[in-house]
Amino acid sequence: MIRAALLVAAKDLRIERRSRVLLWQVVPFGVMALLICGLALGPARAGHTTAAPGLFYLVVVLVALLMVNRSQGVESSAGTRNSVATLGLDPAGIFLGKALALWVELALTAMVLLGGSVVVLHTALRGTLIALPSIVVILAALAGAGTLYGALTTGGTGPSTLLPVICLPAFAPLLIAGERSFSASLYGGALWEWWVIALVALAAYLALGILLYGVLEET
Amino acid sequence: MSLAEPPLAELHDAVVLAHGFPLLSGVELVVEPATLTVLVGANGAGKTSLLRLLGGLVALGAGRGTVLGVDLARGDRRQLRRRIGWLGHDGSFYDDLTVEENMTFAARALGRPIEDLAAVLALIGLAERRRTITKQLSAGQRRRLGLAWLLLRRPELWLLDEPYATLDDDGRNFFDELLAEVVARGATVVLSAHDPLRTTTLAPRTLVMVGGRITGERP
Repeated sequence: MIRAALLVAAKDLRIERRSRVLLWQVVPFGVMALLICGLALGPARAGHTTAAPGLFYLVVVLVALLMVNRSQGVESSAGTRNSVATLGLDPAGIFLGKALALWVELALTAMVLLGGSVVVLHTALRGTLIALPSIVVILAALAGAGTLYGALTTGGTGPSTLLPVICLPAFAPLLIAGERSFSASLYGGALWEWWVIALVALAAYLALGILLYGVLEET
Repeated sequence: MSLAEPPLAELHDAVVLAHGFPLLSGVELVVEPATLTVLVGANGAGKTSLLRLLGGLVALGAGRGTVLGVDLARGDRRQLRRRIGWLGHDGSFYDDLTVEENMTFAARALGRPIEDLAAVLALIGLAERRRTITKQLSAGQRRRLGLAWLLLRRPELWLLDEPYATLDDDGRNFFDELLAEVVARGATVVLSAHDPLRTTTLAPRTLVMVGGRITGERP
């Protein structure tokens, strides 16, 4: 399973590095979305700061939807799907590999967005750094949930336009946990409790993915 | 006295459904080992669906079937898929990887030595293109890459979906010779085509498909 996971993750990251979809499409979209959020809130600096954690995670969720769609899209041609199926890779390994690659891509994008959040939304740098561990966990949970639910919309089982409808309910609790922990990092409050909730969500999505990804592929 | 070898694949009244629509509606088929079988028929006749059923890539909806000793109704189709090779008409690999990267991914997934890659690429005429990104290959070269993937695997059952579609005369001749060698070595080949093969190298059994059934055999 681990061998398959590393193989698939390396393949997905190589594809991303080659196609540069992340660099030229996803990251610019995220930055523009963050800027528009800042513009929509108006020039009051205090208002920006208070809303920054929520806006950051809102943009992360939008970016995650694009990246999940892309991650599943590289497998979506019938020929590729059939050929890869004949390689006999462990489905749990495929799930973990795709989630790992997605997590790395989300983390890279989040770094840029956090920089944008400090500059555009005036979040405190120290509080942002304190929030980093929880952000890393939330991103991993998003990657796990996105990979699991994304598989529902590929392979002819559903149109890709269904992806947001399927993913957003799963992403919503993670967005809340992320916003709460980021806010606690900036202004004080129950930081660890939200971090633990995020860890539990991550473990749950990874377990579900390992158990169900093969079933989703078969159906 | 030697016992007769059992058929490599056997289907009885095989039905395959997609969203309630019958793609195959009662196929009767016996494929002997080390033979070449050609499925001919118009678009929508069920050729690709039959190939996918033989490869365990789609579930048997009703009827009975055994391929390589695996019961299609109750057996482990994942194990069957590891033993077949698939060449689809719409590409069998990742467009954003190079020829070499695609082959390396397949070799590592299958646990095959990557030292074999150079020889296979040379045999297939893609040695000069090993660092070319797959989407930059011509349709015929992409077909050759799919073949290289199969040659690397040397599966017991080759399932080829319209393999001649984008090949020039040289490519067709090369392909004929390759299939003759594959069958001579003991592998079984089932391929689909719009028309019966015009070859003097091969002696295929040609089956006609209409409306999701095999309706006859051409001499």
